[in-house]
Order: sequence, then C-alpha cells, then structure tokens
Amino acid sequence: MSRLVVASIGPASSVQDGGRHGAQRYGLTVSGAMDRLSLAAANTLVGNEPFAAAIEIGPFGASFTARDGAVRVAISGAPRNADIAGSPVAMDSSVTLKDGQTLTLGFARGGAFTYLAIEGAIKGEQVFGSLAVNARAGLGSPYPRPLQAGDEFTVDAASGAEELRIELPKPATGPIRVLLGPQDDEFDDANKALFLDSGWKISATSDRMGYRLEGPAIKHLHGHNIVSDGTVNGSIQVPGNGAPIALMMDRGTSGGYPKIATVITADIGRLAQTSAGTAFRFKAVSMAEAQDEARKFAQTIRSLPDRLRSSDTVTLNIEALSDANVAGYAVSAVDSGTWQVTAEP
Amino acid sequence: MAATLPPPRLLPSGDSAVTVEFSRTIDDDANQRVLALDKALAAAPIDGITETVPTYRSLLIHYDPGKIGFDALGEKILPIATRPLPPVTKARRWRVPVAYGGEHGIDLEDVAKTLGTTPDDIVIRHSGGDYKVAMIGFTPGWSYLSGLDKFLHMSRRQSPRLLTPSGTISIGGIQAGIQCLAAPSGWHLLGRTPVRTYQLHRNPTFLTEPGDRVTFYAIDHKTFEDMDRAAEAGEIVAEQVDA
Repeated sequence: MSRLVVASIGPASSVQDGGRHGAQRYGLTVSGAMDRLSLAAANTLVGNEPFAAAIEIGPFGASFTARDGAVRVAISGAPRNADIAGSPVAMDSSVTLKDGQTLTLGFARGGAFTYLAIEGAIKGEQVFGSLAVNARAGLGSPYPRPLQAGDEFTVDAASGAEELRIELPKPATGPIRVLLGPQDDEFDDANKALFLDSGWKISATSDRMGYRLEGPAIKHLHGHNIVSDGTVNGSIQVPGNGAPIALMMDRGTSGGYPKIATVITADIGRLAQTSAGTAFRFKAVSMAEAQDEARKFAQTIRSLPDRLRSSDTVTLNIEALSDANVAGYAVSAVDSGTWQVTAEP
Repeated sequence: MAATLPPPRLLPSGDSAVTVEFSRTIDDDANQRVLALDKALAAAPIDGITETVPTYRSLLIHYDPGKIGFDALGEKILPIATRPLPPVTKARRWRVPVAYGGEHGIDLEDVAKTLGTTPDDIVIRHSGGDYKVAMIGFTPGWSYLSGLDKFLHMSRRQSPRLLTPSGTISIGGIQAGIQCLAAPSGWHLLGRTPVRTYQLHRNPTFLTEPGDRVTFYAIDHKTFEDMDRAAEAGEIVAEQVDA
C-alpha cells in the first residue's frame, strides 16, 4: 500500500462519490459529487467504477504527495494549472506520482470543482453505500469533514498501467435548462417570466447545500410558506426575500418554500460548475426533452471507458478540418464514433 | 366495490422525481393517504422507482427516467393512489422520555406566559398528547409529529435560532417535533430527550418511521443524564409498546 498525503488544500474540498441513496425518508441527504460527469471521468481514467469515492477539490489550490510508494491519480472537472515538480499535467488525464513526488493544482480557472481520483479508489467505511462527506450529519469516510492539510489516504500502490487521457463530449453551453414545478402555480405568469427571462449570478455565499441566485426578486402569489414537502438536487426554491436558491447535493431532504422550477439532471453539474459572479440564464424545457437529456447523460457516463485514449495520441479537430475543407477522405479513415486518430509513429 | 378516492396531483420535480400531492395543507387524511401509497409501493415495487420520501401531504417518488417515463409512471401510480384506504393496522408506539424546562427547555416558561398558563400545565398538555410521526426530514431523524393539543398551537419564533441542541423536543405552529442532531430551528424548545432517533452504529440506525405513534413522559434532569449516557452507548432508551 502507498499513502497519498494532502500537503495543502483550500476550503470546500472533501471526499465525494455517487452519494447516499435510500435514506432520504429519514432526513438523510444524498450528498455526493457536485459534478457527477467529472467525477466519473476522473475515476474512469484510473480504472475505477464511475461513482467511486474521490477527492472533490473546491475553487482554491491543493497539493498531494505520494508516500511509501507510487500513486496513480487522474484529474477532471474545473480546469486548473497542474504540475509535478514543474512539469505540467493535463486535465482529463492520469498521471503516476512516484514516491515523494507532489502534484500541485492551482486555482480553478473557471468553474469550481475538480476531481482527483486515485487508482483503486479511496477506501473507508460506507454508510448507506457511500463515503461521501456530509459534515452536518457527521458522515463521510475516512474523514467526516472537509479535508485539511496533513490528512492522508491509504491507497493501492500504482499499477504501472499506461497513462491515459479521456476525450469528453464538448461541454454544453447556453442557458441552464429547467422543468417548471413542482410549485410553479405559486407564482403568476409575470413572475415566472421574470425568472426565465432575467440574467442571474451565483452568490459568493453559496455552498454544497445551495446556490443562492442574485437577480430580480421573484414574488409569490400566496406568500412564501408552504407545507414542507420533499426536495431534489436542483430544486429552485424561492424564500420570503424573493432571491431563489438552487438546492444542491447537501440540501435538506424537505423544505417549506415554493419551488418554482427544477434544474434538469443533465445540467446540474453545469450549474455546479458556474463560478460565483458569472452571468447565466435559465430556459424552460419540456418533460420529454428533460428525460431524453437525462437518458443521454446516463449514456455518456456509461460510454466513458470508450472515450479513453493513450496519452501519447494526438487529437485532430475534425469539425475544424471539415470546416476548412481540408480533411477530405481522411475523415473516413478515423474512428467515426470518436473522431480520434493516433499520431503517426 | 368501494368508490375510489379523488386523484392526487402529479407534480414534476425535475426529470427524475414526481411529487404526488394529496393536499396543500397539513391534513391527517392526506397524510394517511401518503403513508398508504408509500406502503403500497414498498409492498409491490414499480420498476424504475429508486426511493420514496413521505411528507405531510405528498409522497416524493424518485425514479430512473432510463427505466420509466413521467407519463407511464403516473399511469401506474394513480390507480394505487386512489384506492380506498386499507383498514388502520396496529402501529408501533414509542414512549419517549423528556426532561422539560430549565436548561433543557429554555422556552417553556415563555410559552406558558404567552399562552396564559403555568409551565406545569404546558408539560401536562404536551406529554398527554397522542402523536403520529407524519414525516421525517430536514436533518437525519427529525420527526415531525401531528396531534399537538390545539391549546399549544402558536406561531414560530420571529427569528430562528442558529443552533438548537441535539434531542430537542419542541413545538412550532400546529406541529410538535423530536429533533435528533443539533440544528437551526425557529420552534419553541420545551425540553430534551436522551433518545436518539438517528444513531450511526446502532441497529436500527433510524428509530422512528413515518406512521409510528409517539407519547411523551416527563423525567427529571438526573434521570436524563443517566439515560443520555446509556443512549450514547447505543441503548434505545425509548420504550416500544403496541398501539
């Protein structure tokens, strides 16, 4: 066994996985990674199950040192500068830290959360099938709290497997898509339009429990108290002051404010990765579109192993080549499913 | 054949959950229908449902849209949700010890003053109630109880407290509660129980279930200390009796 030691780390960094399911009826929140696709990508790079436990690193920098042997890791999510002793490490790729080497990650250059997956995954004691940290409930393993410098993980010694990179689908852009409801009838048409047509920013006081939205005040039709009912990841509730809050992974399992809309599954990670202060909009979609996107999102996660590439291959941007009308017959020669070619030897 | 009940509203909670809403208000009949639907779905699971969360007035059903769509799920749920309620079966009843007043119930005297009576009267009325766990939510084990004596109905505090102790026994509006973990709360604190409705390494981890009956009885502060130590060591300390 090797050890991975947290040499330095900022706030809002913790062990997260696919979350804790089955006990919301007892008030136990799901928790888990804020950006599940990036968690799955990092895990896939080191051969783990997509939702295995990994380190969710908040917007600040962090560094990790291998001890008692080599440790193989991978990073995906919010882009940042990363290096080992000055030699750069690419996002969406795996790398092996030799005994004593330190991987240093800078501030997130966009987005908020970067995932560091460790080959063999983080080990600990599961509660309701999860190691995810839920600090409020004292849950999470091996540390039931955000990470601190000096924390360490006992991990598998690096396998020596070939280093890989992962070719992720082009991130969606445009408005964050929502389904109206469950309590959109607590708002009149003018206020629903105000919600959908205004620009929003995420407040700096946001956290894993909820993202507070800055924009116009949304008014309720019948006041802001409803009888508490269940919440989901992405519920957008509107409290008395009219400033909506998008409930995130550490949300309370029930809430007593009207919920005007719900972020679709495929876009929750995008919302999670929207930096504080960045302007964005919402767009209402139909149930059919939202469920279709949810199925595609699940399919993308299932397809991640097919997106792995040897780290010494070169990517050609086929679309750009096509646009420039220079690719010609070469397009048919590459893997049509993935648009990748391997560098000439 | 018995007539069916009026259909609940099926409210989309995103693409992977539906809120089956029986009432907009706190209503014991609606809560019975919530718990009956929850029970029926547990007894005869529908493929694609991943988790159910009962609340006062609605059942939140999480599902996998890769296995079943919104409309198809609704078509399966409605006939079950409109079935006449089954006869009331025997529920579990928990007798929960409470140290009222003093440091454990800092609002007891104020509540008595506001309602124009004595702290002893508040204790008699609160511990004399016959409660039902209507839902569990907010934080692990927080049991929301229906059945609070009408005399004790009073609005919540103007400004919620940022932290209230573990085991807090409180009232708010028309509800009573057993709180497990320390948490923010705007309710009035009457006392504390040594009972842990949620304890990680105990079997069962969660003591109460929606539908359970609850009664309270007063204990002195010395007994609280003894029971609290036993509870910390993993004893349940609430007494279970058949309703």
